[in-house]
Amino acid sequence: MYLKSQANSINNMLKIENLKASVDNKSILKGLNLEVNAGEVHAIMGPNGAGKSTLANIIAGKEEYEVNQGTIELNGEDISELAPEERAHIGVFLSFQYPVEIPGVSVTNFIKTAINENRKAKGLEEMPAKNMLKMIREKSELLEIDRKFLSRSLNEGFSGGEKKRNEIFQMAMLEPKLAILDETDSGLDIDALRIVANGVNKLKSKDNAVIVITHYQRLLDYIVPDFVHVLHDGKIVKTGDASLALELEARGYDWIKEEMIS
Amino acid sequence: MDLKEKIISSYVAFEDGVNINSDIHEIRTEAFQNFEKLGFPSKKLEAWKYTSLNTILKEDYSIFPDKEKSINLADVKQYFIHDIDTYKVIFIDGKYSSFLSETTHDSIDVCLMSSALTKAKYKPVIENYFNKIAKQDNLTSLNTAFSKEGAYIHIPKNTEVEKPIQIINFTTGTEAATMLQPRNLIVVEQNAHVQIIERHQSLTENAVLTNVVTEVYADRHSTVDFYKIQNDHISASLVDNTFIEQQSESVVSVHTFSFGGNITRNNLNFYQKGEHIDSILKGITIIEGKQHVDHHTLVHHIEPNCESHQDYKGIFDERATGVFNGKVIVEKEAQKTNAYQKNNNVLVSDKSTINAKPQLEIFADDVKCSHGCTIGQLDEEALFYMQQRGIGIKEARALLMYAFANTVLESVKIPEVKDRITRLIANKLNVNIGFNI
Repeated sequence: MYLKSQANSINNMLKIENLKASVDNKSILKGLNLEVNAGEVHAIMGPNGAGKSTLANIIAGKEEYEVNQGTIELNGEDISELAPEERAHIGVFLSFQYPVEIPGVSVTNFIKTAINENRKAKGLEEMPAKNMLKMIREKSELLEIDRKFLSRSLNEGFSGGEKKRNEIFQMAMLEPKLAILDETDSGLDIDALRIVANGVNKLKSKDNAVIVITHYQRLLDYIVPDFVHVLHDGKIVKTGDASLALELEARGYDWIKEEMIS
Repeated sequence: MDLKEKIISSYVAFEDGVNINSDIHEIRTEAFQNFEKLGFPSKKLEAWKYTSLNTILKEDYSIFPDKEKSINLADVKQYFIHDIDTYKVIFIDGKYSSFLSETTHDSIDVCLMSSALTKAKYKPVIENYFNKIAKQDNLTSLNTAFSKEGAYIHIPKNTEVEKPIQIINFTTGTEAATMLQPRNLIVVEQNAHVQIIERHQSLTENAVLTNVVTEVYADRHSTVDFYKIQNDHISASLVDNTFIEQQSESVVSVHTFSFGGNITRNNLNFYQKGEHIDSILKGITIIEGKQHVDHHTLVHHIEPNCESHQDYKGIFDERATGVFNGKVIVEKEAQKTNAYQKNNNVLVSDKSTINAKPQLEIFADDVKCSHGCTIGQLDEEALFYMQQRGIGIKEARALLMYAFANTVLESVKIPEVKDRITRLIANKLNVNIGFNI
């Protein structure tokens, strides 16, 4: 037992300890602990306003959130002072709940720029155009993305499903260590959900980890989590395996609140 | 002695170099009297409310530099669009440089105003077109008074000019400060097509004030594409007075790219003298420091069934100031006019300023006229989104600015010009990314 936890603390990809954070002086995270290891899939569920998206944005480094206490470590390195792009360079990826529309920048050019900026940060040469094209072809096929779609302005006029598929396409291109999917299932019909989940599953490996933030259990039918956490009032109040998600789907969140009180 | 007095007292010396017993000189002296009466524009004039020339009028300019200067091609090659074959009309300190130029008289005339104003064979064209649409205002009159040199371009009917024409005015700054009055005339006959690239480039830090006048006549069914690259040294100021007269079914576009210079004032005037005309006015301004760029546009819709499209994008950082004054006049006879005007601005710094003034004077009742003016900041959410994908903040901002300005670049028809502008934008924003959007 002792040995196992030792090993865990070394292998922790993400380790969040006693995280307290606020936005505009409103306290949102109130002492959150979370450990995610390489090769694992974690689901974070919870009612509206529990702090799920805040957690995702804080890990990604969004500036408007203020970390008041606690630490966020990635592979043993404290990342809480890093700029968003520096976190991206060491492998943090956030699939946005509401991907931003950027008129005038095509999907292809955006991902090319992102990949080459990541490579530059690692001291690598730009990716040769041939390799880039091959990779774009492969990954767009994985997400069943129409070629014409790649020349459109980023997210501009995309349907909800297209936006989410495009997020996972970018994830596939960038090959992050830690991917956080913030309500990637919202706005998806069942076919799109299956395509997106299939994409995520194909990208999963023993070297990377995925955090799935969702309201609903249905995404977890496709992306099966190793752990399910319930986030309530800025803290993780319950952790279980995949069956916890089913229970939440059937019973809602109130029983957990009652459990907490008792 | 202030600049106006200096100019007036220099005129007799200027007359030594021209034929004073000519019709042209009649026009010059009339303009001279007009300038003497009006002087330089002050901020009291409505059209100059937001642009003051005071600081640049204090320089002790050399009024008409007389010495021949030569420069090495290697030193100035970067200012040419050199990856395509072009005609070139090049001036150094206002003097024609035969060494750097490539003119022609082979079916078209791409040559010098000094020849056109003095040689008999050009007389009919000069009589018909010279100084016919240039306004009689302060600075145009000043230019007319000193009009002697510049580019003369005459494209006969049904001629498609394959090579673009570059007009470049270099200043060497070997004089302490230099004032230039280039005068261009461009006559494009029926069904002809020409592309022109204009640039003013100072080669030293000495002050330059260029007051250029260009008249363009686009006859029936002709096409003229004009690109103005304004990326001059920070000590150089420019007043560009361009007058364009269009006949039926002609299409004229002017793209103005303003990145450099101290004070830049663009007076761009379109007069539609026929039906089914299209006038296109586009611009990208990206400035910083204490730079100032003023776009004063006029589209005069005189006849029915014509269109005009204006799209001006401005990005202002630090203490930079911008002015956009877009005037559209639709005469009573000009029914079925479609006139669109768009002016979008981003204030990057809270010390930067834009003064935007759309002016629509519509006397016809069956027209479509729209104008939209916006002033905003860069979208913080979009910046975070890009950063999250590993794009540094400086690059993310540059990409957003480029995307913002891109609607103007899309209509640039010469790929090499588009590439050049893209590179100039990357340089201006101090990033090393390809914007191949």
